[in-house]
Amino acid sequence: MRNLTHLERLEAESIHIFREVVAEAENPVMLYSVGKDSSVMLHLARKAFYPAPPPFPMLHVASGWDFHDLLVHRDRTVREYGLKLIIAQNEDAEAQGINPFDTGSALYSQAQLTDPLKRALTAHGFDAAFGGGRRDEEKARAKERIFSFRTAAHRWDPKNQRPELWNLYNAKKAKGESIRVFPLSNWTELDIWQYIALENIDIVPLYFAKPRPTVERDGMILVVDDERFRLEAGEEPVTRSVRFRTLGCYPLTGATVSEATEMSHIIQEMLLATSSERQGRAIDKGQSASMEDKKQEGYF
Amino acid sequence: MNTPSSFQTDALIAEDIDAYLHQHQHKSLLRFITCGSVDDGKSTLIGRLLYDSKMIFEDQLAALESDSAKHGTQGQEIDFALLVDGLAAEREQGITIDVAYRFFTTEKRKFIVADTPGHEQYTRNMVTGASTADLAVILIDARKGVLQQTRRHSWLVHLIGIRHVVLAVNKMDLVGYDQATFDAIVSDYRAFAEGIGITDFTAIPISGFKGDNITALSANTPWYAGPALIEHLESVDVDNAAEQAQPFRMPVQWVNRPNLDFRGFAGLIASGTVRVGDPVRIVPSGKTSTVKSITTFDGDLDEAVAGQSVTISLADEVDCSRGDVIAAAGDPPQASDQFCATFVWMDEEALKPGRGYWLKLGTQTVTATIQPPKYEIDVNSREHLAARTLGLNSIGVAEFATDRPITFEPYETNRQLGGFILIDKYTNATVAAGMIAFSLRRAENVHWQPVSITREDHAGMKNQTPRVLWFTGLSGSGKSTIANEVEKQLFLMNRHTFLLDGDNVRHGLNRDLGFTEADRIENIRRVGEVAKLMADAGLIVLTAFISPFRAERQMVRDMLPEGEFVEIFVDTPLEVAEGRDVKGLYRKAREGKLKNFTGIDSPYEPPENPEIRVNTVDMTPEEAARYIIDRILPLK
Repeated sequence: MRNLTHLERLEAESIHIFREVVAEAENPVMLYSVGKDSSVMLHLARKAFYPAPPPFPMLHVASGWDFHDLLVHRDRTVREYGLKLIIAQNEDAEAQGINPFDTGSALYSQAQLTDPLKRALTAHGFDAAFGGGRRDEEKARAKERIFSFRTAAHRWDPKNQRPELWNLYNAKKAKGESIRVFPLSNWTELDIWQYIALENIDIVPLYFAKPRPTVERDGMILVVDDERFRLEAGEEPVTRSVRFRTLGCYPLTGATVSEATEMSHIIQEMLLATSSERQGRAIDKGQSASMEDKKQEGYF
Repeated sequence: MNTPSSFQTDALIAEDIDAYLHQHQHKSLLRFITCGSVDDGKSTLIGRLLYDSKMIFEDQLAALESDSAKHGTQGQEIDFALLVDGLAAEREQGITIDVAYRFFTTEKRKFIVADTPGHEQYTRNMVTGASTADLAVILIDARKGVLQQTRRHSWLVHLIGIRHVVLAVNKMDLVGYDQATFDAIVSDYRAFAEGIGITDFTAIPISGFKGDNITALSANTPWYAGPALIEHLESVDVDNAAEQAQPFRMPVQWVNRPNLDFRGFAGLIASGTVRVGDPVRIVPSGKTSTVKSITTFDGDLDEAVAGQSVTISLADEVDCSRGDVIAAAGDPPQASDQFCATFVWMDEEALKPGRGYWLKLGTQTVTATIQPPKYEIDVNSREHLAARTLGLNSIGVAEFATDRPITFEPYETNRQLGGFILIDKYTNATVAAGMIAFSLRRAENVHWQPVSITREDHAGMKNQTPRVLWFTGLSGSGKSTIANEVEKQLFLMNRHTFLLDGDNVRHGLNRDLGFTEADRIENIRRVGEVAKLMADAGLIVLTAFISPFRAERQMVRDMLPEGEFVEIFVDTPLEVAEGRDVKGLYRKAREGKLKNFTGIDSPYEPPENPEIRVNTVDMTPEEAARYIIDRILPLK
């Protein structure tokens, strides 16, 4: 007799989900944001189909304001594992005058993230997309299914979800409809970090503390990642040892002051932390059901 | 005295994170469900567990405090329930309306909690939440005692096969922590539980709101000597041993074939243990082989157990694909195309006996038809009620037939191979969840008689390609007239044909059937089966039936080899058909003398993509027949 640990159970469940989708969907894709959850998801996808490579491409929705280190990590990972990468980006952002400094967060995330994502899904005809969402992240996520349906217009209807029983997933859908699949639904932030540590998963160095040029604005510490960062009058970048708990567009993602350069110390800080990981994201602020509204619009 | 709480200790995290991580990497997982009525304090209890396990951060707490002031029901105190009431719409109503999953962890275990609502109409959600749970916490309001809902939830929990039951007598603070009250409730519950087959449960007096006996024993209940809730949840046996002691079964999810040298069968082991060298049998084909290797990303294994996702390679080149089950050679599961099951209906649209639904069990998806229920079970009294169908949130027992044998085990023996879902073929909604009780003997005993003269031989002898020309359309649309004309012309071309219509079927084969929806479905099913046999005999079969429902036409299509079913839509508008009214039926229907008449008080679902469509307004029957024949020739 062998007792499986909680991480072994979660891993087996995620692998099962990956395989069900590949067996039943016609044209799946994995949303690869290059963050820690995506890294765990990619690791699980590689396990699910080993010795074959994951039989689907990666789709990265790049806002154009991604951290430099993140893009380097993305390209290296794709090369190393022989993955197919599709990049979705709003090429007209500059002409439309959209940027993270002047544009309101709702319009910005719609124009730079949600719309390019929807366009890419439609253009490639993907009928299933893996996302790294976890139910512990946010109240609206706690009730989302593992297989979550989207209308042809990519909308989510929280009142009309299919019941999910045992480990039987109903992947049937009409033409034009698609499924968002969340293999990490039952993982928590702590599980993710423990698994990264246990499996030695390579993650973007931004999660580790390092002296970085920063400014403090509206209670958030922002990293001046490149010369496009617009300094306000009197602002002078200060070098601080910081790291990130979550990665979004760099001018919108708050860093935390930290000396943690090792995995165990990151986990230690997380466990002792007093704020939740999404707090570092300007996009989630606003009324408390805002994530639900965005999800209905097609956000992941 | 308080027992020490085993929630995470900040001291260890701060002092020795490596020791902490090591400890937490060996935790097990327990999934449980909480059941209770609307006011039993379920959300408050879960909120309390999250709060005490430090799964709530300061920013969430701040949001909670402001939410509590705005929506809360606890005055100035923090309303823990708001932590778990997720979607905006339900927050407005102040109730949870769906299944939500919550997570918390202690030093010994990670917990996944399915939070399900307690209203009468949400049997569906409870069954969904319970399907993945190892344990159920049944909440009772100490002031109210065992209620109808308590009995209903307990029975559902037992039905879904949850073996561990905790009776949490909540709101003890509101009855002055009175032992007599607690004892009376427990004894009341025991009498009921034993009656439905729950032989064992653990009763704990708690207050979710005040925190008594949640993480530690409370000074307010000195008379209680059992474990605190968390302590109990941490120590319940999670059945690894029982699962692994069963015979080996792995439903094949996907065949992994990255190159010519490797062919592996990927799946999640449903039960038992498998070792390299073990003899295995592929079900339903019955072919045997031995396990050559158990491949994982982390290296080959010598042994794998229930609950692991692996890839198995076999020593022989045997046929095996998605839907097959790899099983212990000496003790394989059964395969049958007929079985009896208990099922829960989960859709607004009621069950249609006789209609084909997708049935998914393990990795198998087949078409299943369901007989009218033997009975419905009243969730409150557990009485057996006569039923012709099942509506939303009803539970019943019926016989199921599938279009090909499926591999299964009774649900009681194996949840993974005994539980199934039904999917509506048109809306794609998950409409029911079922649990197989037993195989019907008659299915096991009817083996296909291998025939030496094949359907190809039959057709070859007649020098033609079999077809089923399925005419569908409103009453009076001209189906029979056109079909008759098509048959005449084919006959002149020396084709072997046969026309099935209402006249030669309703008076004989189907004379026991009326015109209710269920009977009309059965009528079409039988016609489909007869047409299939005739096509097997090499004939070109013409059928002229209204066949108003897409699902049944699809069912017949699915019975036949690809391309053999030709759907011909005799597209006559209702007003034209009614204007003709050859048999005077429309008039009678309009006068209310004829019930369930298609087009009047029963729907007609026109084909979406018929192979052939004929317009009888612009064409004579002869022209329509010619038009059809031009499209189906050469038929050789």
